[in-house]
Amino acid sequence: MASHGIKDRVAIVGMGCTRFAEHWDKSLDDLIIDAATETFASAGVTKEEVDAYWFGTAQSGMSGITLARPLQLEGKPVTRVENYCTTGSEALRAAAYAVASGAYDVAMAVGAEKVKDSGYQGLNAFPIPNDGTARTLTAAAMFSMVAPAYGKKYGVGEDELTEVLARISWKNHQNGARNPRAQFRKEVSTETICASPRVAGRLGVFDCAGVADGAAAAIVVRAEDALKYTDKPIYIKALSFAAGSGSGLIDPDYDYTWFPECATAAQDAYAQAGITDPRHELAMAEVHDCFTPTELVLMEDLGFAARGTAWKEVLAGTFDRTGPLPVNPDGGLKSFGHPVGASGLRMFFEAWLQLRGEATPERQIETDKKLALTHNLGGYPGEMVSFVSVVGTELG
Amino acid sequence: MTRGIVSIAGYVPYRRLQRAEVGKVFASGGGKGARSVASHDEDTTTMGVEAARRALRSAPGAAPGAVWFATATPAYLDKTNATTIHAALHQPADVAAFDFGGALRSGPGALRTALGAPGSGSTLVVVADLRDGLPTSGDESAGGDGAAAVLVGDDGPGTPVVAAYLGGASMTDEFLDRWRTVGDRRSKTWEERFGETRYVPLGTDAWQSGLKVAGVTADEIDRVVVTGMHGRAAKALGRQLGVRDGALGDDLSATVGQTGTAHAALMLASMLEQSGPGEVVAVVSLADGADVLVFRTTPAIAAWSPADPVADQVAAGADLPYGKFLTWRGMVTTEPARRPEPQRVSSSAAWRNESWKFGFVGSEDRTSGAVHLPPARVSMSGGVVDDMVPVDRSDAEATIATYTIDRLAYSPSPPIVFAILDFDGGGRFPVELTDVDPDTVEIGDRVRMTFRKLFTADGIHDYFWKATPVRHAAGDAATAG
Repeated sequence: MASHGIKDRVAIVGMGCTRFAEHWDKSLDDLIIDAATETFASAGVTKEEVDAYWFGTAQSGMSGITLARPLQLEGKPVTRVENYCTTGSEALRAAAYAVASGAYDVAMAVGAEKVKDSGYQGLNAFPIPNDGTARTLTAAAMFSMVAPAYGKKYGVGEDELTEVLARISWKNHQNGARNPRAQFRKEVSTETICASPRVAGRLGVFDCAGVADGAAAAIVVRAEDALKYTDKPIYIKALSFAAGSGSGLIDPDYDYTWFPECATAAQDAYAQAGITDPRHELAMAEVHDCFTPTELVLMEDLGFAARGTAWKEVLAGTFDRTGPLPVNPDGGLKSFGHPVGASGLRMFFEAWLQLRGEATPERQIETDKKLALTHNLGGYPGEMVSFVSVVGTELG
Repeated sequence: MTRGIVSIAGYVPYRRLQRAEVGKVFASGGGKGARSVASHDEDTTTMGVEAARRALRSAPGAAPGAVWFATATPAYLDKTNATTIHAALHQPADVAAFDFGGALRSGPGALRTALGAPGSGSTLVVVADLRDGLPTSGDESAGGDGAAAVLVGDDGPGTPVVAAYLGGASMTDEFLDRWRTVGDRRSKTWEERFGETRYVPLGTDAWQSGLKVAGVTADEIDRVVVTGMHGRAAKALGRQLGVRDGALGDDLSATVGQTGTAHAALMLASMLEQSGPGEVVAVVSLADGADVLVFRTTPAIAAWSPADPVADQVAAGADLPYGKFLTWRGMVTTEPARRPEPQRVSSSAAWRNESWKFGFVGSEDRTSGAVHLPPARVSMSGGVVDDMVPVDRSDAEATIATYTIDRLAYSPSPPIVFAILDFDGGGRFPVELTDVDPDTVEIGDRVRMTFRKLFTADGIHDYFWKATPVRHAAGDAATAG
């Protein structure tokens, strides 16, 4: 038993990403076609030259036909992927493994979600017949329990913690304001953030990710073929995934100050990539900031800060776009919203732009480091799936 | 063979409506004092469960042969509501469950029927009611919500009778004083004075007849309460009973209100909780006639310890704004949370998980001792498969490990207060709190489980458990000690 990984065996050679927004005028098909068209052009391939497709959507459609119909794919292997909010990352993981196995030469991962046709705010899970005993809390409420638990364990006062969480929101809005593809493109002051109406627990509106429609896609090939498609391929160093057993919800030992599934996935990813000091080896990280306390504890789960210290690092600006380890330089879920099937691939898209030096100048991070991390989670504290990838510009 | 009451308990919901609040809104209606109000997540079935749990808790070792449920405001028609109570009480399949439906008199009727059948085994008689009327009506103010449960049985080792049934009487007459047709939102009444002319003589006759059957005289009565929705008739009859000064007890109309089908048994519970051995206790109920029940408490009552006395529950209540009352009763519709409404519960899934859903029974891994709520086949600790024993946490107290307040999620009465509970004896479960002021919740607070209705969809009530603060008689929420 082992997680061997596929370090340097597969490369991303083309990517595309729509703007994430309330696309009242665009259907799921429109979003898919826009992201796929940009991606085909980016890699310089036609849809016929792609051998197999993986399509991630949480609840905008079922089966591979949801992708095959709008793109009019003829007789291709097209598989629909769903794995909570990590759906988009999972589509890429499947495509990369298919290429690494030798089964296909060229594979494509597409993620898309049309959230804004439901008529409700927020994300609403597809109902499955049940006995009526499952909890019906919002994700905001489940994640809101992290903040007081963290504060109590590490002796961070209520006001100080509010400042820390506002700093995370402020930073992600700063980054999103500079990103033409973000849903929210305005800077927001910490005063406004702190004064926003409460949603759940102590979380206010500005502690929560937005809700948007969007799509993103990537084309992967064997690493040795990469330079045929682009002179700046992004090599896959690690793809790691951990599904929790759900026992955190019923295990009295779980204290809501960390996400074990994320720590496990990170550890595995670093082993695959050969990373020993993520804080200093990574050029940047895209993490799943669904709510501000989530990003806070992820800094510790991902090894960017020692346990109980991330709040100080946040206040010190460590994770700012101009700081030593930029986190969510694109603005994160906070600024992009969370079209579930697309979010994981949107994170790869930011790594793709930043590592290739193709972000717009005002938001391009300055670094000589060659590695980026993406982290995507789904579910709730205690009952979570987590994905961590590492990608880089150089082999070896 | 001595037959009587083995255990008895009342249930008065936590919320109170101060009657004066009605007048403040409508410039009419209301009155003095307060009435009890069932929470938005309670109905007659859940209140019946709460009363029955309390009665059984004070009679360890009791094994009723049947569960009877009587109410004038059933949660379901056609479907038996007593089966839900049966499931929540973990009763085995060979215990019968029957509803006595419709009329206010079905409560005292069920109780008298159970008492009058010596040698028939023990029967748990559960009664409950939700009383209201249109805003400003007399019924809205005079009514109350509540339940009672009476474990009736023959005196025996381990399950001694605490109040021996001396006898009773019933008088019946066909006249229209109060009525409600199926689907009507409110009851209607005839001119009050007519009912009084019928009830007082019927009550007097039943009283005399009941005393004779019981072999006691009026001046031997230590405690008696006259109940009935016709308050004027009940008061008039009370003055004519011929009992000693001080024997006629408080009918709780000033603090709880008339709980209809439940009230006679609720009064009986209240009186017996205050009685010592050798007291003669009677209750008179006026509903389409009159019913009288007479008891003498036994020496066993000295050792009987009520789990949650009615007086304590009455004292522990907290006020509810009149607007909330109207909303909870469906008299006013307020803007719902902008979230999808829940889907109906799957009948087959609910049936498979009956002991969990209705009984709050989880499982314990015999090897590691890890408690699983809900029950599991594969252990979260060590991975043992199919080696678990059932573990009942419905009566366990728990401590709040952490909590949150959800202002977005769907609820019939937002916001949802939600807590992670660690149970005494092991086990953790995240669950909704109820009968709680969101601003008072603290980590470390002590709570206990209560049977509630989460929502109703497609006419199906979703019954499950919530947690409520452990309260002392003074009404303060307890903290972890």
